[in-house]
Amino acid sequence: MEVIRSQKRTASNDVVSNPKIPLYLTAPPLEVRLEEFELFAIDRLRVLKGVSDGLARGKNPKEMDDVVDALWKEHMRHSDASEMLNKDIISHFVIRLVYCRSDELKKWFLSMETALFRHRFRLRNFEAQRAIVGEFGLPYKAVTGAELESLKERLGQVVRSLGQISPSVVNDICCVSVCFFSFLSFAVEAVYYKVPFEEVPDLVAGRRVLIQKGHAFVAGSQLVSLVVTQFRSHISKALILTNRKWMTTIREREKDRLTPIVEALSTTYVGPDYSQSSEYADISLKDIDQVSKSSFPLCMRHLFEKLREDHHLKHGGRMQLGLFLKGVGLKLDDALAFWRAEFSKKVGSERFDKEYAYGIRHNYGKEGKRTDYTPYACQKIISSAPGAGDHHGCPYRHFSEDNLRAALGRMGLSSRGMEDVMDKVRNKHFQLACTLTFEAVYGTSCDVGINHPNQYFEESQKILKSKTPAAPV
Amino acid sequence: MFITSEFTTARNLFPYNDIHKWLSYGHDGKHPGCDEYYFGRREFSFTLENDVYLRYKSFKSASALEHAIKSCFPYKIDIGAVYSVDPDKRHAYSQTGTNVFTPVERELVFDIDITDYDDVRYCCSGADVCSKCWPLMTVAIKVIHTSLKEDFGFKHILWVFSGRRGVHCWVCDPKARRMTNEQRSAVAEYFRVYKGNENNARKVALMGYSLHPFLARSYVDFLKGFFEGELQANQSIFSTKDKYDKILEMISYEDIQSELREKWEKSANRSSLSEEAISLVRWEQLKNTLQSKKHKAPTLRMCVEEIVFTFTYPRIDLEVSKQMNHLLKAPFCVHPKTGRVCVPIDPNNCDEFDPLAVPTLSQLIEEINSGGSKMGVDDDDDDTDSSLLGKSIKFFRSSFLGPLLKSCKEEIENSYKTKIGKSKDSFSW
Repeated sequence: MEVIRSQKRTASNDVVSNPKIPLYLTAPPLEVRLEEFELFAIDRLRVLKGVSDGLARGKNPKEMDDVVDALWKEHMRHSDASEMLNKDIISHFVIRLVYCRSDELKKWFLSMETALFRHRFRLRNFEAQRAIVGEFGLPYKAVTGAELESLKERLGQVVRSLGQISPSVVNDICCVSVCFFSFLSFAVEAVYYKVPFEEVPDLVAGRRVLIQKGHAFVAGSQLVSLVVTQFRSHISKALILTNRKWMTTIREREKDRLTPIVEALSTTYVGPDYSQSSEYADISLKDIDQVSKSSFPLCMRHLFEKLREDHHLKHGGRMQLGLFLKGVGLKLDDALAFWRAEFSKKVGSERFDKEYAYGIRHNYGKEGKRTDYTPYACQKIISSAPGAGDHHGCPYRHFSEDNLRAALGRMGLSSRGMEDVMDKVRNKHFQLACTLTFEAVYGTSCDVGINHPNQYFEESQKILKSKTPAAPV
Repeated sequence: MFITSEFTTARNLFPYNDIHKWLSYGHDGKHPGCDEYYFGRREFSFTLENDVYLRYKSFKSASALEHAIKSCFPYKIDIGAVYSVDPDKRHAYSQTGTNVFTPVERELVFDIDITDYDDVRYCCSGADVCSKCWPLMTVAIKVIHTSLKEDFGFKHILWVFSGRRGVHCWVCDPKARRMTNEQRSAVAEYFRVYKGNENNARKVALMGYSLHPFLARSYVDFLKGFFEGELQANQSIFSTKDKYDKILEMISYEDIQSELREKWEKSANRSSLSEEAISLVRWEQLKNTLQSKKHKAPTLRMCVEEIVFTFTYPRIDLEVSKQMNHLLKAPFCVHPKTGRVCVPIDPNNCDEFDPLAVPTLSQLIEEINSGGSKMGVDDDDDDTDSSLLGKSIKFFRSSFLGPLLKSCKEEIENSYKTKIGKSKDSFSW
């Protein structure tokens, strides 16, 4: 294999000290052995799957940095630094080929590669980060002089509103003894970039930047947002082009060599989406009340109870519960009967047929562009934004402590069990809280962790059916 | 409630040419740089009398739009996005590949509905609105409008009365129309402060050691004054136990809650003051107590501000703003339940807007019958000023449409010149 002689190897093999993160702009002219083609890809998939798991468990950004660092060291390390870079690049392009072939695969690949890039970027020091920003060739300039002066006060307000001590303060202060926790100094950072607000949507959404006349003032420590947006946009476009190339030339040309490997690689790592009902998910209307008490996770139980109580749910609730019920095995006709029975009590069956039936049929892929929508996973539910009059979302995240305790009490949790759950909630580990609830309710351990409401339902049904095989549960 | 014949008047008074001019954004075919098919790629939707809903309607001209409306008899007309091809012809294009039917431009829109404030208004609930609670909409307009201009730099912003109990906002700058769903979502989240429903008590949680400059400006310029003045006067939010309990629950420190609750229970019957005065006194007491106990917990740091924000800060419907393909009711429609016309609101004078004084369809019909104005709205009519609807049309043209079209035409001309310039270069040798 042709070895590419790159820059001088550094003594340490530590990935953090290797500044380069490739941007995967063009496929490099390397020769790859067929075995490496598959092996490199599998190693990278292990990293991407680990990222996916970490995100599903609701890990915060700092924890994700550590997760990515560990995963990279475990699976992508090579004794030769330039070999490591080659493996990085080759594995990315192989997986891109594998995952360009359907919308669902593309979406997963894009999310995971972007998250991977984000955390690898965060692990680099400021100089390395600036170098990477430079490689994108963005035209944004640092703010200086009079303009910076005029913004200083409000920039300071932004820093203080985020409630953390600016990291540059810690760097600037050479004398450690000054860093007493009682002395909170919210200094403005040294470098700010003036960027159109469209380039940093996540910073805008979180009110983490000052915005003026359409420009966002991005701190050096926030550069990651800027580059991640660019990176994602580029990979997204690249996926479309790769798909086209695959469909028109590569698949046929490689049908005896690469194509079988590519097709096998994709089925390994897509998690179940619960769009097809399994043997454990096949309920009928008459069982639904009982099953809601015995096997629904808290989020769905709450929605179900509110529906029975108010004879209505707003759109977010109808989507979250409706798709869950579909995943649980409720057929379209039964679903229509179920929702009509409830809604007619409030709005009348005529209005139900006019205004709500369409939506239910739409969820089952019988209207519009006929997409068969998949039930929401925990990640999506946790990140939703229930507003006035809504009951969807994740109770572990969206309920006040009192309401959550009351709800858990109704599920039968002991006070000891409740404390464990509330502890997880306080630390923002919502899915772990739900897992603990599961374990407490069914008296069993759930090693794999809950990351999908339908998973909770199926696991619950498995346990209940194994206890009383004949009776309906 | 609405009779087809009355709605015929509505369809006659609808300003087809003005709407067409607006949504053409300067592409009137009179300049070589114009895209004459631009208007034809805009989606409209009609809601017909028996609740039949027709999507993906598109029209090549103002007269085509007028003709369709006068023959289909919709009672509600919605405006959607501009698509890559005529919505009418979308089935001829595939879902994937290069020739895709997809939205390419759409105004940045906001929808604020007073029913989302039901937990903080005591005069009305549900579909009703009155002069005591409408000011919530006024302050919402001020906060959002200032931010759209000052923070985001947008210039062409149209505010419209939704006809019953809310307002819509249309941001029409080219930059705004080309925003992706992700960017729209970001702006909507930037505006979002209230995160609540009946399941949590503290629905506004202002973390950090200070307010973000946008929130600080909104608080100082609009919200604080409104809360301590007009809101207190209209709603007396501390005057009864039910009312003040709700506020006390927002204070995340039990001791303070009990202290104030005791104090107010004792003073409940003794006072000879009016509801409003009692309310103000209690607000002062709450502020003082919180000020002295602030240091006890980080969640108390901005409790006063949190309470003010809960009662006054705008609550936008996030879903409306986030997606390009979301349809929104057209200005100058008549609301089927109230009969009121969805007229524009002047953001610089929104204090003066009174939703209960907006012309209704019956008033307009009477005006026509008594010879006060003509059927149909002419483009250059000097008399438009004096008729009921005329003022609104005039405002629409002078404050919004005029400046918008001027800027659009400049843009078309500039990009045309650039294109010509480029191709000229390719001929040089």
